[in-house]
Amino acid sequence: MSTMTFGRAINAGLRRAMDNDPKVILMGEDIGKLGGVFRITDGLQKDFGPHRVLDSPLAEAGIMGTAVGMAYRGYRPVVEIQFDGFIYPAFDQIVCQVAKIHYRTQGAVKMPITIRVPFGGGIGSPEHHSESPEAYFTHTSGLRVISVSNPQDAYTMIQQAITSDDPVLYFEPKRRYHTKGEVDEGVDPSASDMGAAHVVTEGHDVTLVTYGPLVPTARDAAIAASDDGVSVEVIDLRSLAPIDYATVEASVRKTGRLVITHEAAQSGGLGAEIAASITERCFDHLEHAPVRVTGFDIPYPYSKLEFHHLPDLDRILDGVDRVLGRRNSLSGLER
Amino acid sequence: MALSETGDVSVQDGVGEGAAGSNLIQLVDALGVRHPNPHYDPLVADVDGAALRSLYEDMVVVRRIDSEATALQRQGELALWPPLLGQEAAQIGSGRALRQDDFVFSSYRENAVAYCRGVDLTDLLRVWRGNASSGWDPYTINMATPQVIIGAQTLHATGYAMGILNDGADSVAVTYFGDGATSQGDVNEAMVFAASYQAPVVFFCQNNHWAISEPVGLQAHVPIADRAPGFGIPSVRVDGNDVLACLAVTREALDRARSGGGPTFIEAVTYRMGPHTTADDPSRYRDANELEDWAAKDPLARIAALLDSMDLLDADYADSVKAKADGVAAELRAGCLGMAEPAPGDVFKHVYSAPNSWLDRQQDHYERYLLSFGNGTTEGD
Repeated sequence: MSTMTFGRAINAGLRRAMDNDPKVILMGEDIGKLGGVFRITDGLQKDFGPHRVLDSPLAEAGIMGTAVGMAYRGYRPVVEIQFDGFIYPAFDQIVCQVAKIHYRTQGAVKMPITIRVPFGGGIGSPEHHSESPEAYFTHTSGLRVISVSNPQDAYTMIQQAITSDDPVLYFEPKRRYHTKGEVDEGVDPSASDMGAAHVVTEGHDVTLVTYGPLVPTARDAAIAASDDGVSVEVIDLRSLAPIDYATVEASVRKTGRLVITHEAAQSGGLGAEIAASITERCFDHLEHAPVRVTGFDIPYPYSKLEFHHLPDLDRILDGVDRVLGRRNSLSGLER
Repeated sequence: MALSETGDVSVQDGVGEGAAGSNLIQLVDALGVRHPNPHYDPLVADVDGAALRSLYEDMVVVRRIDSEATALQRQGELALWPPLLGQEAAQIGSGRALRQDDFVFSSYRENAVAYCRGVDLTDLLRVWRGNASSGWDPYTINMATPQVIIGAQTLHATGYAMGILNDGADSVAVTYFGDGATSQGDVNEAMVFAASYQAPVVFFCQNNHWAISEPVGLQAHVPIADRAPGFGIPSVRVDGNDVLACLAVTREALDRARSGGGPTFIEAVTYRMGPHTTADDPSRYRDANELEDWAAKDPLARIAALLDSMDLLDADYADSVKAKADGVAAELRAGCLGMAEPAPGDVFKHVYSAPNSWLDRQQDHYERYLLSFGNGTTEGD
């Protein structure tokens, strides 16, 4: 066990994956000498060489399209998209090529590409630097989408993503990069399932589902709720496509109440998908309609107002009150 | 076209009329006259009468494949077909220049290139009959299956070539695309990447003058080949209806790539004599006179004329070539009609390489739905 930051844990995971497989190759903007704008690839070009850690021209479609060609050639490209809001030029290559080539070729060509995306807000940045675009990708068949919430998962799951024969979007909550945690570097990534959700805090009154940057917030909310006599079970989804509904369903069958929280906008988001799926699967066990606590349906706002947009502990607790039928900010409103 | 003494032809076709500095490489003119070219002749010095016949036969066969597939579409056996009529020389000339270990990333019109790579004839039709998303395992013939997103494959070729570099191999990635594709960001980004990494990739642009209904002048205001030097990529403009010239310029580009010289851009000036696809109607947007002009530059006719001038096109030989082409067409038709039907459950196959809980559930539910009719099965063959 060693203590390291979230960012360092990703770096260590990348390093181990590169040590294990010479076909693992890193591509992205500023990832070489600079080590990336967040320093996640710090030192890797120095240690593995410029032929394995490639500084790319500033063209996201170009990075993604050449990664496809690399994968055709037998490589396992790990692509860094510098910021969430910069992924859209690569959207066509991701959706039309990365996601579909395995299907198109009836399994003959694999696309073991990992797309690392620093995502989410809370860092006081200008437009395009704080977005949560995960639902675009969970809606696209052929992709796997994961999001990590702590240094140990960051370390383990980057390796699982890289060894996956299917393409993986790996969403990194950039505002948690400096969070420290214990990391067991001896862990065998193949011993656990990248698709499995994790029960962070057990509880029996309310199921609170989240992922990525809001996991620590949800955990804090559960602690605060327990002071109020409410037992909240927090689930860190980890895998967003597919979602481990068995774990969520087992929890909701126990609690009868579901709150979903994410930074991304509400409409058409993952909260909607989870609410619908859980309602379909265990409607008879629900004591209340599922409640969503999410970002608004707005472009990501300027930084002085971003904490109005981002769900925080109090908004999550308000959602917990709502799902419990307790007095809340919407009490008295027709639903 | 005005012939110069060196055999080059000044640009008078389509785009860039009057543009200076872009001479068209031509070794065999429209009348079948072979013009010497001190630079390119050594690259095709091995092409004797037998080799010329072989190139001719391939062009006859792929034209016959094309007409048979069009007929199959008209008869309702194919949903769609993208004809290559008129582009046989560009595709056979370049395709025959490749080595087995080179890798092709093409669009959907390069059926003659696929023929050169040794594609199974039935595989050529699977996607167009609607029986599969694509026809073949790319690794069996070292050619990716047809790309439908315009220009996307140029990046794949460039990335593949970057992989070749890393492997220290001397293979080459070759990408085919049309004049319309050159407007795409992907193609321009591919040229940036190819130049930056000096990747062994050949950009083979078939300027067939039309992107469905849009003339090449809408895509480019200068000869397309002239763009490449701006990226730091040497380029050449070749008569795309001259199979020998296409072979020569492709060989030169491949040699450059193999020897560490990086990418090359080839603009093969040709003409799409047929529709964009069988669903298209060119009479709505182009002048019949234009077609007549290009029919006079037919890629097969000129090689036939050249062979005739060499006394290599006697009636027996011509009959044997026709018989060969008809045989291939019959095989193509039989393969099309005999294709196994996919099973309903096949729609779920290969979305992922590993089991997927979402998809498994949907498949299970759909199987139950089909079984509710009492006769359903979703099992594949």
